Amino acid sequence: MEFGLSQEQIMLQDMTNKYLAEQVSLERVRKVVSSEISDEEIWQELTELGIPGLMIPEANGGVGLGALDAAVIAECLAYHVTPSAFLSSAVMAPVALIAAGKDELLAAIAAGEQRVGIAFGETIGARREAGIAVIGSVLSGKCLFVLDSQADHYLIADKDKNLYLVAASAQGLQRNNLTTVDKTRTTCELVLDQVEAEVISNDPAVYTRSLDLGRVMQAADTLGAAQSMLDQSVVYAKQREQFNRVIASFQAVKHMCADMVANLEPCRSLVWYAAHAMDQVPEEARLMACHTKAHLSEVGKAVAKTATEVHGGMGFTDLVGLHYWFKRIGANRQLLGSPELLRNEAAKIQGFV
Amino acid sequence: MDLSFGIEYTNFREEVKGFIDQHQDKQPSATTESMTAIEWQKLLIDNGYHSRTIPKEYGGFGAEPDIIKSRIIAEEFSRARINTGLGGQGISMLVPVLLEMGSEEQKQQFIRSTIGGEMVWCQGYSEPGAGSDLASLTTKAELDGDEWVINGQKIWTSTAQLADWIFCLVRTEPEASKHQGISFLLFDMKTQGIEVRPLVDMTGSANFNEVFFTDVRVPKDQIVGKRGQGWQVANAILGHERGSLAPPEAAKSRLEGVIRLMQSETIGGEKVIDNPVFRDRLMSIQGRVLAMQFNDMRLFSARINKGQSAGMAGIIVKLMGTELRHELEALAIDAMGEIGLSYEDNPYIRGEGSWQYLYMYFLGLIIGGGTSQIQKNIISERGLGMPKEPKVDAK
Repeated sequence: MEFGLSQEQIMLQDMTNKYLAEQVSLERVRKVVSSEISDEEIWQELTELGIPGLMIPEANGGVGLGALDAAVIAECLAYHVTPSAFLSSAVMAPVALIAAGKDELLAAIAAGEQRVGIAFGETIGARREAGIAVIGSVLSGKCLFVLDSQADHYLIADKDKNLYLVAASAQGLQRNNLTTVDKTRTTCELVLDQVEAEVISNDPAVYTRSLDLGRVMQAADTLGAAQSMLDQSVVYAKQREQFNRVIASFQAVKHMCADMVANLEPCRSLVWYAAHAMDQVPEEARLMACHTKAHLSEVGKAVAKTATEVHGGMGFTDLVGLHYWFKRIGANRQLLGSPELLRNEAAKIQGFV
Repeated sequence: MDLSFGIEYTNFREEVKGFIDQHQDKQPSATTESMTAIEWQKLLIDNGYHSRTIPKEYGGFGAEPDIIKSRIIAEEFSRARINTGLGGQGISMLVPVLLEMGSEEQKQQFIRSTIGGEMVWCQGYSEPGAGSDLASLTTKAELDGDEWVINGQKIWTSTAQLADWIFCLVRTEPEASKHQGISFLLFDMKTQGIEVRPLVDMTGSANFNEVFFTDVRVPKDQIVGKRGQGWQVANAILGHERGSLAPPEAAKSRLEGVIRLMQSETIGGEKVIDNPVFRDRLMSIQGRVLAMQFNDMRLFSARINKGQSAGMAGIIVKLMGTELRHELEALAIDAMGEIGLSYEDNPYIRGEGSWQYLYMYFLGLIIGGGTSQIQKNIISERGLGMPKEPKVDAK
């Protein structure tokens, strides 16, 4: 019996963290955010580490690893607020593309040549401005908060959980960037006017697995971002002096840090088990995905606030840049289902609704 | 990640289930057919389901330590809701200490009778002036010939009114620094000069007592460890106590109780669980219970796979576990509304009043065994390496 990461997973984690610490500095993140450089540049570097093809079968040029390995990577990427298309291209899209046998596209994703964005908004808390109408395989309407505004293709869900693939260059498709607080990952709207799409799946289970896997990865992303904010807070508190003492010696500051640890540490085990369940305990996978993303969203929100406060006025500045993590945690909370929606779904899964 | 225990343990689990099937009718209860608590305890020890790793020569079962087997026993007894045998501070805290630090005579004299249930203990640690700052305790013991003469007062002493003996921290070296001047003594509660006064708490029960010592004379050799080593001995046991105050399995079982309650109770004809606000609170608590359950599995795994890091998973358990239970019991009370206020002889009471009782009792546990604020000091100082608050010069 071993509950935790394997030796290989710990090596993967160390290697990825080492790489990101050296290559994805906050200075470089700022350049992506201000569009000085494209996030594609970082995506190409991640391709050398095998990250886009992490969950794609080896037969398609991928690495063929599982959900827990992907969760480890998601945590590392968020720890360094890495701009990337990991959630959409490396995690959510491959689920459907593997089920549909889209070998060429999978190989192109693994090689870093193509990216696939995700447009599941129709099925998760759709807002009044959005809506897709489907006639045969022709799509019209609007998708909001689509993951990855630079993708080559989009995987679109209709309200019956069918999945369609459209090329970003398809006739009748208009793509508009949607600015959000989190500029480390991009979102856009797709306006479709009778766009010819390829049907990828009519099996709701494919959609559901893709969504659940995405939710677990967002929870892992929040874990990494929150851990970074906690670590930065402790370092800062040990350096910053007021009243002739480091502020880390004040009980008020210590208790804020202790609260962050106490809330965040059990989250690690929760994320590990939820990822494990995706591959090994299918009967618990859906419930775990909902609970894990909901719980991490709540803890993440509290850590993001507390860590900013520990930094005092500096935490509020752009100079320190803590806000990149704050906003990433905020985005993870809303995308693919807010905590209230997820808890309602958890209740439904257990037959309480 | 590998959550299987292997064939040896599958077989062991079957053995445990077999024992439960065969003997569960005999567990102590109000009926005349059942065994007494002492007889049941003996049956459990003889079969290795209590005092499993305590050597045979001291009255235990004498098995090699195997925490997977211990966990399987706990899981199966809990699943079948079977009496797990005697507990209390003598068994859970004193016996481990005696095994580690007691003299051969002390082991012979105390362990068998303690685990057998013939000898009940209480713990004399806290004092009116020494709570969070336990090391400042002032109950003193002075050597007079071959006897310690003890004077002072203890508080928060659970089971003192029932206890045969006490394990007690006293100041024996007034000249030494506060942590070096304490000794760990054992003595009979029937000794002349001991007065026990029940301390009624907010639950309405006397879960604790005050104990007063006036010239209590105790043989010199009834000391565990050497003079002045009492603090190290006490810390060894406190570590033992903290993790066990709020086990996640109990939280899971209480959560199932809240779910059943919310499915059966109604507000204006509507089931409580159909109310979206209550349902959201329930799901929120369930998420937290799951987090603590898997945190516990990580700790368990780190114990069996030595060398695997549990990070900060252990140091946060007392703080998080007790706070969670307090809120979980509170949710059940809110779900019942006015009915949730029922207490003692109220005919509308649910769950024999356990929701209100435990709601208050867990507030006691948030404070006892090192308050939540002391836990946060420990987490930030030992866990995060943050400096201690500068000391204020003693008066």
